[in-house]
Amino acid sequence: MRDGSVVLIAAFGYLALLFVIAAWGDRRAAQGRSLIGSPTVYALSIAVYCTAWTFYGSVGRAAQYGPSFLLIYLGPTLAMLMAPFLIRKMVRIASAQRITSIADFISARYGKSSSLGALVALIALVGITPYIALQLKAITVSHAVLVNYPQAVEMRLADESFWADKSFWVALVLAAFIILFGTRHLDASERHEGMVAAIAFESLVKLVAFLSVGVFTVFVLFNGPTDLFDQVVASPDLTRLMSLDAVPGGALGWVGMLVLAFLAFLTLPRQFQVLVVENVDERHLKRASWLFPLYLLVINLLVIPIAMAGLLLGDVNSDPDSFVLTLPLQAGQAGLPLLVFIGGLSAATGMMIVETIALSTMVSNQLVMPLLLRSGHLHLSTRGQLASWLLRIRRVAILLILMLGYLYHALVGDAYSLVTIGLVSFAAACQFAPALLIGMYWRGANRLGAGVGMSAGFLIWAWTLLIPGFAQSGWMEAGFLDQGPWGIAWLRPYALFGLEGWDIYTHSLMWSLLANVGLLVGFSLFTRQSTLEQTQAALFTEAMHPDLMQTSLWQGQTTRGELRALLDRYLGSSATARVFATHPDEAADDSQPAPPGLTARAEQALAGSLGSASARVLIDSVVRGEALDLESILSILDTTSETLEVNRRLEQKSNELARTSEQLRAANERLRELDRLKDEFVAMVSHELRTPLTSIRAFAEILRDSDDLPDEKRRHFLDVVVRESQRLSRLIEEILDLARLESGRLTLEPQRLDLAALARHSVDAVRLEENRGVNLSVEITPASADVIGDPDRLEQVIINLLDNAGKFADDDDPQVLMRLERYKDHYRLSVEDNGTGIAEDERERVFEKFHQIQRQDGGEARGRPRGSGLGLPISRGIVAHLGGRLWVEQAPRLGGACLVMELPGAPEQ
Amino acid sequence: MNAPRLKERLVALIVLAALLFSPPLLLIADRSPATSVWLVVYLFLAWGVVIALMAWLMERRHEE
Repeated sequence: MRDGSVVLIAAFGYLALLFVIAAWGDRRAAQGRSLIGSPTVYALSIAVYCTAWTFYGSVGRAAQYGPSFLLIYLGPTLAMLMAPFLIRKMVRIASAQRITSIADFISARYGKSSSLGALVALIALVGITPYIALQLKAITVSHAVLVNYPQAVEMRLADESFWADKSFWVALVLAAFIILFGTRHLDASERHEGMVAAIAFESLVKLVAFLSVGVFTVFVLFNGPTDLFDQVVASPDLTRLMSLDAVPGGALGWVGMLVLAFLAFLTLPRQFQVLVVENVDERHLKRASWLFPLYLLVINLLVIPIAMAGLLLGDVNSDPDSFVLTLPLQAGQAGLPLLVFIGGLSAATGMMIVETIALSTMVSNQLVMPLLLRSGHLHLSTRGQLASWLLRIRRVAILLILMLGYLYHALVGDAYSLVTIGLVSFAAACQFAPALLIGMYWRGANRLGAGVGMSAGFLIWAWTLLIPGFAQSGWMEAGFLDQGPWGIAWLRPYALFGLEGWDIYTHSLMWSLLANVGLLVGFSLFTRQSTLEQTQAALFTEAMHPDLMQTSLWQGQTTRGELRALLDRYLGSSATARVFATHPDEAADDSQPAPPGLTARAEQALAGSLGSASARVLIDSVVRGEALDLESILSILDTTSETLEVNRRLEQKSNELARTSEQLRAANERLRELDRLKDEFVAMVSHELRTPLTSIRAFAEILRDSDDLPDEKRRHFLDVVVRESQRLSRLIEEILDLARLESGRLTLEPQRLDLAALARHSVDAVRLEENRGVNLSVEITPASADVIGDPDRLEQVIINLLDNAGKFADDDDPQVLMRLERYKDHYRLSVEDNGTGIAEDERERVFEKFHQIQRQDGGEARGRPRGSGLGLPISRGIVAHLGGRLWVEQAPRLGGACLVMELPGAPEQ
Repeated sequence: MNAPRLKERLVALIVLAALLFSPPLLLIADRSPATSVWLVVYLFLAWGVVIALMAWLMERRHEE
């Protein structure tokens, strides 16, 4: 037995703390140092999803239906995985259109329709009331358990007068608290930073409280999880509870519940509020998309152990929904139950605060204001009075919503357990999903389709879930559920059209969504959209389109003065000044026409306070002519997408062009190079031909003109003429060879030959001519070296290599070494000399035509014949034709240059 | 990593999560004779893996 006053003090103390946090958050926001500018706070605020229903009801559901309670959290996990696509788009749209609630969102999507907004607000009001009732019930029951334990809690609400009922007072206290909390001032953007900070704090409190009970249960009441699970396994009843058999509706029910939780997470008004409206930075979604599911996982981790422990240890009287309280109470704990109570209170108040604020915003913006504006009953005598009107409406709405919750609780509350009530609300919220989600991706969805679909879905929901709840409370005759109304069997709420054997939620969800989606699509396909609808549809579906929202869409005429007066009247002078500050124009006075951008800003500012539908009506009242240039917006959208496509193609084309021109440039470069080489070649050839020709001519002239030359001299001159002629013809032969090589007309006659024999033969030929005392040594390793080649040409190459080596060998002691060896399946013939060698960077250039290595000491002086500079290029050409390679390297033994010829070995015969 | 690849990976993760949490795989976990609490263990494990993958995908791109 606990002291009631202690509990009361703790509860009020906790509420006061929340209030302080919220006030602090609001003050920080006003100072521009936002408390909630962190993705973690954002993720925690989304955890308002976990209400008293999670806190007490999960254990209850686990005790009854096994693992199915997890579905309520797996659905949101799936939704958060889609956050980078889905929720990001919602946030983007909401911030561009200044959306204040889910009703506003749907109304704005379907042409700022006030009737659709009102419908959504009404459905939300009716659908969410059970959920609020659930929170009231949780607070009342948990308080009763805490104070009365171990006596069983007897809840006989209907028998007592309402003032004797604690829930009534709880509702009243909370209403006062939320009014103080959420409607202290009217924010233009409908953001409540203080509230979000407080909600994030509450999420921490309930997590800590729940984990404390869990840890206490597992480690104090039992010796750790293994002990607990051993006892569970020993009991066949509990074992059965852990399997899929315990899930209502089996596998089908499982999927139904998963879909239900997924859709409800996106469409519940409070979730929409924290996810979309209160989002301060789109990037926060990144962290929240995994942190929030993690929060869900952690808070649910110990649900099953607690439920199992409750079933193992608990007394028969206690309700599974209260296990989190009764377990520590039973163990004689004093502080822990109070912490649990505070945790449950935080879960319940968190939900009620956000939900009632979201609902009251809907009621004031979507239901009351449009009516007031239309009926002309709104007389705003002084400036800025709208804010106080709105606040008053919202305060009344908050009170009414909570009283409605109390009423439901008092009338129906006993019929269902906590989780069951929550699911009824989930199914109601799901009716927004088709209009919301299809509307975001299909431009063709229209107002009529959305309205009809949602209404039908709502009616089916009411028939299959809401009314049976009343029936079960004894409000209707018992036969209603079993035999159907007036005995019509196919109208039975839990087996509509004879569909039996499904669990009631999957059943209701299936029928209501079927009707909802079917009618939405059907009507949209066969009816027309208004022009404003088309625009809004385009803006919503193309929301992720870059630089779309900057476009000004207003075309109608109004003056700055009229606009200023309108804003002054509804928003007050400071907000008006802010709007006008975005379009400063010194020269303009109030009689000047307002620019379209300013009109659009003004509408946005009004929409932030009043909702888009009302803002629309107000702006229309001062703007003359076609307010919105629909043609232009549609063409903007179409042209932007078209332009993007065209741009993409252009870019592709220009890339191709760039590539082609690059290739062309390279080819041109190559051609120029070749041209230059050709010119050089011609110049060189002429030069090379002229030198011997000049000497031949000179000596021939001497012989012709001087008759008195001695015979010896004459012979010498004739020798020179003959030698130079030989040189000339050799040169011409080489040039012809080169020309044939380069044009590919060189005819080789490849045949199998022994390179070793050929090398020896070449050496002999060179030695015959050798008269300069070059010491030529030969090392031939393989006995025979079969290659495929043209013997004459190869001999020409080898002789050329030997000649070259002789020329460049050392002057005083010229040495040349020829080696032939096998290298893998190739043969390598290398010719090295002991000359000065060839520098690294010169090695490739010796294969260029007419390249001659400059010798400082003048090799010519020592009577060595000059080379033509064509021998090596020709040799390389021949070797390459035969499939081999020819290159220069450092001589390994003699230290000079080493020319290596490599030819592939002939295949085995 | 470029954005298109991230999108593809996200879609793959969503499909994976949907598969892990739905009946065909679930029934296998349910029928497993290993231990009677296997279904619950499986659910929490699958859930944890999905969250870890999502965290990895989302937080890895911070340096960009």
